[in-house]
Amino acid sequence: MTDVTMRIWRGDSTGGDFQDYPMTPNEGEVVLDVIHRIQATAAPDLACRWNCKAGKCGSCSAEINGKPGLMCMTRMQDLPGGTVTVTPMKAFPIIRDLVTDVSFNYAMAEKVPAFLPPPMPEGGYRMFQQDVERGQEFRKCIECFMCQDVCHVIRDHEENKAHYAGPRFFIRYAELEMHPLDTNDRRELVREVMGLGYCNITKCCTEVCPEHIHITDNAIIPLKERVVDADYDPIAWLGRKILRRTKRSATEAAVQPAP
Amino acid sequence: MTTSPYEHHDYDVLIIGAGGAGLRAAIEAKQRGLSVGIITKSLLGKAHTVMAEGGMAAAMGNVSSEDNWMVHFRDTMRGGKMLNNYRMAELHAKESPDRVLELEQWGALFDRTKEGKILQRDFGGHRYARLAHVGDRTGLELIRTLQQKVVSMSTDVFMECKVLRLVHDASGAVAGCVAYWRPTGEIVTFGAKAVIMATGGAGRSWKFTTNSWEGTGDGHAMALWAGAKLIDMECFQFHPTGMVWPLSVRGLLVTEAVRGDGGVLRNSEGERFMFNYVPDMFRAETAETEEEGDKWYDDHDAGRRPPELLPRDEVARAINAEVKAGRGTAHGGVYLDIATRRSAEFIRRRLPSMYHQFMELAGVDITREAMEIGPTCHYIMGGIQVDADTAATAAAGLFAAGECAGGLHGANRLGGNSLSDLVVFGRRAGMGASDYAEAHQGGSDLDMSEVEGAVTEALAPFERTTGENPYDIQRDLQEMMQSNVGIIRTGSEIDEALSALEVFNERVRNIAVKGGRPYNPGWNLATDLPSMLSLSRSVATGAKNRKESRGGHTRDDFPKPDPELGKINFAQTSDGGNWDSPIIVTESPLLVMPDELKALLEEGK
Ligand SMILES: Cc1cc2nc3c(=O)[nH]c(=O)nc-3n(C[C@H](O)[C@H](O)[C@H](O)COP(=O)(O)OP(=O)(O)OC[C@H]3O[C@@H](n4cnc5c(N)ncnc54)[C@H](O)[C@@H]3O)c2cc1C
Ligand code: SF4
Ligand code: SF4
Ligand code: FES
Repeated sequence: MTDVTMRIWRGDSTGGDFQDYPMTPNEGEVVLDVIHRIQATAAPDLACRWNCKAGKCGSCSAEINGKPGLMCMTRMQDLPGGTVTVTPMKAFPIIRDLVTDVSFNYAMAEKVPAFLPPPMPEGGYRMFQQDVERGQEFRKCIECFMCQDVCHVIRDHEENKAHYAGPRFFIRYAELEMHPLDTNDRRELVREVMGLGYCNITKCCTEVCPEHIHITDNAIIPLKERVVDADYDPIAWLGRKILRRTKRSATEAAVQPAP
Repeated sequence: MTTSPYEHHDYDVLIIGAGGAGLRAAIEAKQRGLSVGIITKSLLGKAHTVMAEGGMAAAMGNVSSEDNWMVHFRDTMRGGKMLNNYRMAELHAKESPDRVLELEQWGALFDRTKEGKILQRDFGGHRYARLAHVGDRTGLELIRTLQQKVVSMSTDVFMECKVLRLVHDASGAVAGCVAYWRPTGEIVTFGAKAVIMATGGAGRSWKFTTNSWEGTGDGHAMALWAGAKLIDMECFQFHPTGMVWPLSVRGLLVTEAVRGDGGVLRNSEGERFMFNYVPDMFRAETAETEEEGDKWYDDHDAGRRPPELLPRDEVARAINAEVKAGRGTAHGGVYLDIATRRSAEFIRRRLPSMYHQFMELAGVDITREAMEIGPTCHYIMGGIQVDADTAATAAAGLFAAGECAGGLHGANRLGGNSLSDLVVFGRRAGMGASDYAEAHQGGSDLDMSEVEGAVTEALAPFERTTGENPYDIQRDLQEMMQSNVGIIRTGSEIDEALSALEVFNERVRNIAVKGGRPYNPGWNLATDLPSMLSLSRSVATGAKNRKESRGGHTRDDFPKPDPELGKINFAQTSDGGNWDSPIIVTESPLLVMPDELKALLEEGK
């Protein structure tokens, strides 16, 4: 393979600049491999996060040639030659080099009211594949936070973080809302506090999701529909949730008492 | 209470590690109303557990109603070549179904059977379909569920905080630890009534490994230095199926679920060679022909299980032998073929992340082509010796659970038995540590000289103006361990490794790092190397002593198991408590199994 210049942002919260590292990628290498080779030789203090090197942990998010991506899943041969620019995610404060302070996301996770199922019957809950599948799609999330990074509501507006959970947490709320067993009503919270209304369905989040979760179509839009429902009466909501279940055919029913 | 010159925190129960074991322990101690702190080297939710794929073993009997804890117990003991702590294997088999159901109460969504129960899949060494799973991302489901539960209980989590050493109090009990924040490089100390070690694995000392940068064996090493015992350190699992090409992904795991779901192994001549490698111990329950093995997939009563699903040590050795005999692929592996055996739709639904992994990293479409695979360093069966019921170690105040604890898996772990291990013994460690903490109210002072010793050592690489790059040492160590203490071992090579490790010790004492303390990976690695070396020495020492072949420990010069050695574990303690202190080896007899459990092992032999 031909030589490339790795142009990597180096610095901390006080500022920084690009630094160039000439490299020759080996066959099959991903961006993270090349970064690791730079660490092992020219710049042992070059900061980046990684764990699994297989697209499973969501640690190595960065912006590659200006586009958010997992460094461990971006092959060098798929990038245009010449110069490859690697910068930290823009929406989060910089700690050092490619490492950002993602604590905003952990703070949002703490605000999610817990899953609240009915008591478990002897032998376990009964749920059916078609009912768990919707939630399973959202639970594929590896918390790479790239959807948060691209969402314009917070990417360019730090001040919005105070009242906006962002797409990663909209799918979490959607997952709980669609969970066949959950009884906690979070709709008012999502609308009033978590800022669902700020999302204007640009779909940028869906485009970057490495797990190909249909964030907008399968989570945000259905969540918006449920939330605008003027009727906040929790009893009626629970009644409807249960009704939705019993209305389906017996085999489709979300919850059946265990024998 | 301790007065520390550094940032300091006190807890009833302090947990080092936020993988499945550490998080499950935290939930237990929190539920007891105790104050709990969790420390993790990486961000919450990124521990190794997130990478687990195939599933968690629990004899729920949802797919095969014949299954029960007794069969699971038997499979675990036989898979472990009887070196296991029987009491751990018993508790694990009995309690794992409840631990799986508990995860559903906390929001997990497992794949379902037609009746709406939790679906279970086949895996090597398990007689029945026993692995509860979510596609091939079961570890993600486990860690996310536990993480969300822990967060909902408002537990203090110290992320990107690396523990350097355990610290004792004046009575000699473990009473806390000293650590540094990765983002700032600042030192922080922790005091606790009880400490739980849950630091996971140690495969980072090998060149081809499934383990991430975190798997440096810190917990094994720190426990050894602090007075605990390590057992079975020679028993390391090389997973039969790691990727071999391209070189940059060599070692990356290919889940056993590929074989559980119908994938088979072939050599370069197209032969399903595993039929030639069935050991006597498993002959009665293994298919003799391809036809019989294939029938088994559809109906477990119509035939016996195919030999591709033998325990991992058997399969890894067979692959190794085929490649050595010149029947390997161009890149030194063998073929794992599911493309010709299952529909593309089936493969994409059952193995989505494998499909993704091969497509994106190797440009291989596994629904059309065979995968090239070979053994990769994966899991350490050996670890901190614990009491099965309470997870207490030989060091007062210290408990251990998860991959860093030893005993449950004996000489070889069955796939899926780790995720269940984490929740069964994570919970028990939480209980054991909580009992201990409640009985030791008051708290005591950390020995500040131990703290200062660790801090001075950690910062020393900044003082040196000339010295070695830690990355060079790591690379050479990985090469050395891969070639001398790999899947097949021999006395002379182990001796070579042990003397090479002395030279590595010297090199580590001479590391110089560039840059400052905030988020400096070179320095971070410099602080990992003492544990990596300590761990490597323990594995080599164990391997030298066990002059037989058993499970994950194969000696070319002693190719057979020795019944006498099958009665003991080799236990290691530290003579001095420093990372480079000599290791003392003693023989620790296996627990004597009650007759009713012995009878279970005889059944269906
Ligand atoms: C690719 C892969 C696939 C697997 N698939 C399966 C499977 O399908 N089924 C199965 O049963 N098992 C599987 N395993 C094995 C299983 O995942 C691991 O054994 C298990 O997750 C270990 O969990 P743990 O809680 O012990 O530790 P880990 O999950 O490894 O967590 C260790 C924690 O300790 C922290 N830590 C370590 N050192 C320090 C320190 N010095 N200071 C502070 N914190 C520290 C880390 O940051 C981390 O939080 C797989 C393993 C791999 C690598
Ligand atoms: S669709 Fe909504 S959440 Fe997604 S990026 Fe656009 S505004 Fe943000
Ligand atoms: S939803 Fe997708 S993009 Fe967003 S954090 Fe999860 S995996 Fe990443
Ligand atoms: S390192 Fe885990 S997603 Fe890239």
